[in-house]
Amino acid sequence: MKLLKGLKHYFKSFLLWELLVGLKLTGKHFFSSKVTLQYPEEKTPHSVRFRGIHALRRYSNGEERCIACKLCEAVCPALAITIEAEPRADGSRRTTLYEIDLFKCIYCGFCEEACPVDAIVETGFSDYHFENRGENILTKEKLLAIGDRYEQQIAMDRTVDAQYR
Amino acid sequence: MFDYFITLVWIVIKILAIIVSLFLIAAYLSLAERRFIGFMQDRIGPNRVGPYGLLQPIADGLKLFLKEIIIPTRANQYLFVIAPVLSIGPALAAWAVIPFDQGLVLANINIGLLYLLAMTSLAIYGVVIAGWASNSKYAFLGSLRSAAQIVSYEIAMGFAIIGVVLAAGSMNLTEIVLAQQGGLFHWFWLPLLPLFVVYWISAVAETNRLPFDVAEGESEIVAGFHVEYSGIAFSIFFLSEYANMTLVSVLSVIMFLGGWLSPFEGIPVLSTWFNWVPGIVWLMLKVSFFLFLFLWLRATFPRYRYDQIMRLGWKVFIPITLIWIVVIAIALKVNIAPWFSNT
Repeated sequence: MKLLKGLKHYFKSFLLWELLVGLKLTGKHFFSSKVTLQYPEEKTPHSVRFRGIHALRRYSNGEERCIACKLCEAVCPALAITIEAEPRADGSRRTTLYEIDLFKCIYCGFCEEACPVDAIVETGFSDYHFENRGENILTKEKLLAIGDRYEQQIAMDRTVDAQYR
Repeated sequence: MFDYFITLVWIVIKILAIIVSLFLIAAYLSLAERRFIGFMQDRIGPNRVGPYGLLQPIADGLKLFLKEIIIPTRANQYLFVIAPVLSIGPALAAWAVIPFDQGLVLANINIGLLYLLAMTSLAIYGVVIAGWASNSKYAFLGSLRSAAQIVSYEIAMGFAIIGVVLAAGSMNLTEIVLAQQGGLFHWFWLPLLPLFVVYWISAVAETNRLPFDVAEGESEIVAGFHVEYSGIAFSIFFLSEYANMTLVSVLSVIMFLGGWLSPFEGIPVLSTWFNWVPGIVWLMLKVSFFLFLFLWLRATFPRYRYDQIMRLGWKVFIPITLIWIVVIAIALKVNIAPWFSNT
């Protein structure tokens, strides 16, 4: 029995059996469908709760939502948010300075949860870049611009997620 | 005097034609390698530069060309620069005796196979000197491994070639191909099957390709002998590796698969149908099969351990080839048809 086993092993190794089995496997995968996602054209789906770059939203009449309550600034664990506020000419309380340092931000989403008027949100967009020093600081104008640009997406994500909140 | 000049110009033109097409093959082999291995790993591979990524090798070449060549401070500068030249020189020179078709050969010399053995053995100096001149532990280890490996497998390869020389009765590559005339089953791969397999595996080991790439061994010694090279000096090593891959593929086709001969020879209808196909096309088809096999092997097998490589070379291949040489000698003596009946 032992001899037979040895003989079988001998034949197998001389006929390169195991090697051919391996080649067959890779040969099969050569024709199988590919899992590559061609990135800029194709993207992986992500959750509506995805926390990407920040945005400041407006009401539908164009008025900015933020009332400078500074709850986000207070809750921010990374101290990434800086807010200065003064009463506006019409007497309403608005921010004069709203800055987020993206280098400090840890994308925890606490600012969004703290906000009583849904003004600061984290959008689902994760692919952005800076080309110069200082661009890591998102100013109020930039935040509002991002909000204007992606308002539709932001609103949709919020409605889909609302029933689980 | 003028006649000599004309001949010289013709030879230079032929050499240029061979070298340019060889470089193109090497460049596109690197793309094919990346795409095919990608496919085998369920990926797509590079497909961004140009249609289907076809301009990728050109972009890679340009990038390497524009990069700085860094010579390490404590390196032996003279040897460091000469090593890539020693590596590519034999890889190109060997092509002089390769017959691409009947009569389509740069130098139809009678000791073609001997010349080829000499040239492929010379290639090892490039590796050893590169490893030595770099003055780096990794490069030195890589070159030592590679030297031992190439020397060991050269023996098995030499014995396999002796079998071919016995069977063909000539060392002239054209005559070796012509000795295989008569169709698929007259080619030497069948009577010399063990030698064919041994030759092919030794050829993979000779060119330091996976699964025998301990000379590079990325996971253990970074990149082996060429770890200190950059820019065009590195790309010359790269080119010579791919030129050598093509060379051993062509060699195995010429010695075992009937070179430029049509596979349909001797089959009544098909042989007339495919009569118009020039021999060089058959040669290229067969060679591309072997090149594909190189990539396939790379995508499939993990790297051999060093002692396993040595065991395979010395204790398996050399005995097999020795035994089969005796078998061939006997077959020649008793004229076994159809392969050995004419001698």
